[in-house]
Amino acid sequence: MGELAAEKHVQYILSVEKKKDSFESVVMEHLRMNGAYWGLTTLDLLGKLHTVDVDQIVSWIIKCQHDSGGFGGNIGHDPHILYTLSAVQVLALFDKLDVLDIEKVSNYVVGLQNEDGSFSGDMWGEVDTRFSYIAICCLSLIHRLDKINVEKAVNYIVSCKNLDGGFGCTPGGESHAGQIFCCVGALAITGSLHRIDKDLLGWWLCERQVKNGGLNGRPEKLPDVCYSWWVLSSLIMIDRVHWIDKRKLVKFILDCQDMENGGISDRPDDAVDVYHTYFGVAGLSLLEYPGLKAIDPAYALPVDVVNRMFIGRKLKKEF
Amino acid sequence: MASSDEENRQWIPFQQRPEWSDVTPIAQDDGPNPVVPIAYKDNFVETMDYFRALYQADERSPRALGLTTEAILLNPGNYTVWHFRRLILDALGADLHRELDFTETIANGNSKNYQLWHHRRWIAEKLGTNATSKELEFTKKILSLDAKHYHAWSHRQWVLEALGGWENELYYCDELLEEDIFNNSAWNQRYFVITRSPILGGLKAMRASEVNYTVKAIVAYPENESSWRYLRGLYKDDDHMWVNDPQVSSVCSKVLSAKHNFVFALSTLLDLMCHGFQPSQEFRDAVDALGTPDSDERGSDLATTVCSVLERVDPIRVNYWRWRKSKLFQAV
Ligand SMILES: [Zn+2]
Repeated sequence: MGELAAEKHVQYILSVEKKKDSFESVVMEHLRMNGAYWGLTTLDLLGKLHTVDVDQIVSWIIKCQHDSGGFGGNIGHDPHILYTLSAVQVLALFDKLDVLDIEKVSNYVVGLQNEDGSFSGDMWGEVDTRFSYIAICCLSLIHRLDKINVEKAVNYIVSCKNLDGGFGCTPGGESHAGQIFCCVGALAITGSLHRIDKDLLGWWLCERQVKNGGLNGRPEKLPDVCYSWWVLSSLIMIDRVHWIDKRKLVKFILDCQDMENGGISDRPDDAVDVYHTYFGVAGLSLLEYPGLKAIDPAYALPVDVVNRMFIGRKLKKEF
Repeated sequence: MASSDEENRQWIPFQQRPEWSDVTPIAQDDGPNPVVPIAYKDNFVETMDYFRALYQADERSPRALGLTTEAILLNPGNYTVWHFRRLILDALGADLHRELDFTETIANGNSKNYQLWHHRRWIAEKLGTNATSKELEFTKKILSLDAKHYHAWSHRQWVLEALGGWENELYYCDELLEEDIFNNSAWNQRYFVITRSPILGGLKAMRASEVNYTVKAIVAYPENESSWRYLRGLYKDDDHMWVNDPQVSSVCSKVLSAKHNFVFALSTLLDLMCHGFQPSQEFRDAVDALGTPDSDERGSDLATTVCSVLERVDPIRVNYWRWRKSKLFQAV
C-alpha cells in the first residue's frame, strides 16, 4: 500500500485549473462552479488553499450570480440550486460570505420549495432529494433555515425512506448511497436524525463494502471511490462508521491514486478526475488519515470552516 | 456510425452559412482571469459562440431550435442549452412527439445525463396520457441495455404514478428478475408496484403470493441481499406476522441446512430471535453444524452462537456482528 501522494494531488488540482483549453474543461464548462468547490476543498484539506488567488475566484463567483439570487455553473449560465450551494461553500472556504446579499440568495432557495416540502433544482421544477439537501445545507450555511418550512422538508425526505432503511430520489425510488448521503445530511443539519432507522440503514451501508475494501453505491454494483464519501459520511452521521473495515477502505482509496501525475480515479488503474480526487481525499479525511484536515460529514466542508461559521457567530452574538 | 472525421467534413462553420450572417457570435467569458487562446475543437467553440448570441438576444426561432440541436449533440450536459430549447419549443408550439424522438437520439449516445431525463419528463408532462405507452417503451429500451439505470427507473416510476400504465408492471418485474435475480432495482420496482399499483390491492392483498415468490428466489440464490430484504419488507407493517409465519423461519432453516451462502439466513434468524422467535432444536443443530464455536461459547444461547458464526464468516463486518452480540446482553 502506498502513501497519500499529497503534493502530487495539489499539483494535479492546480494544473486542471490552468488547462482551460482541454476538451474536458470545455465539456465541463457549464459546471465549473462544482469543479471549483471540488478542487478548492481538496486543496484546503491538503493544507494548500493559500496557493490560490482568492480575489480572482471571488470576483468570478459574483459574476455567476443572477438577479434571482441563484448562481449559474459559470458566467452566462442559468441559475441552478446545484451551483448556488457550490458558490456558497467556496465563499465559506475563503470566509468571504460577506460579499453576498444573504437575503437575495436565501430568497432564491426558499422559492424552490414545493407545497409537499420537496425542493426543485431550478425554475423548471425537477424534484429530487438531492435538492432538499442542497437547499437545507445552503440555507444553514447562511443562517436562514428559518425561512423555509423545515418540518415539511423533513417529512418529504422521510417519505423517501425504503424497506432497507435507505433513501431514494423520490418516494419509492431505489436506495442509492448518493441519495442516502443527501437525506441523512439534510436530516442531520435539521436535527432530525431520530427519523432514521439507524441500525437498519447502518447495516445496509456497511453491506456496501466489498472484498477489495472499496464501497459500492447499491447491491451488486462495482466499488467506486466517490462512494467512500457518500457511504462513510452517512455512517459517521448516524454514528455507525466502526461497522466497516476502515483499514481496507484506506487501502482501496490509496490504490486509486495516480502516483506519477497526481489525482485519484474511481477504481484502481482508471483515469483520474477532479471529482474523484475530491471524494478520495475527503474520504481519507473522514478516515482520519494523517496530515489531512478533518472534514464535516454533513456540510462537506473542513471542520474549521464550519466551526468558524457557527461557533464564531454565537460568540459575536454574545458580545 | 460515422467516424468523427466524416462528421467534421460534413459540418459547415456557422460563419459560412448565409442564414447566420446577421448574428455576431459571443465568446465564453471565462471571468477575470484572462486565459490563453482556447484550443478546443473549433466546431464546438463556434457553435457555443452563436448559441450565446441567440440566447442573449432571446431569439426563439426555428433556426435557434436547430442551433440548440447542434449544441446538445456536441455537449448534452450543458443545461443552459436545454433550458433555452424548452423556451423555444414553447414559443414555436413545436411538435412534442418529434421532440421525444430527439431525446431518444441523444439517449442513444449517453443516457446517463440528468438534462435528458428532465427534458423528457417536461415533454411527457405536456403530452399527458398520450405519452404513457411511449414512455414505458422508452424506459424499457434503456433498461434492456442497463437494467439498473437510475434515471430510467426514476422516470418510469414517475410515468406510472403521473400517467398510469400499471397493467403489465408486475409482469415486467418478473421478466427482469428472471434475467437477473440479483437486480436490486427490479426488486425495488416490484415493491413499488405491490405497494402502489391501484389495481393490485396493496401490500396486504399481495403478501401471500409475494412471500411464495420470494422464498423460491431465496432458495435458488441464498446469497442475494435483495430478495432477503424484500422478504422482510413484505411484513413491514406487521412484525408479529413476520416472526410467526412458518414460511420465513423455514426458508432460514432450509438455507442453513444446505451450509452454503448462509450469511443472510443467519442474520434473518438473528433478527427473528431478537423479535421473540423461539427456535426449535432443529435450528440449534443447523447452526452448530456450521462450525465449532469457541470453547467458551459452548452451551451459550443460540443468538450468541449465531453472532459468533457471522463474525467468523463475514470478517469485513466483524464489528457489526460484535455489536449485534453485545446488544443481546443488553436486552437481557
Ligand atoms: Zn464515482
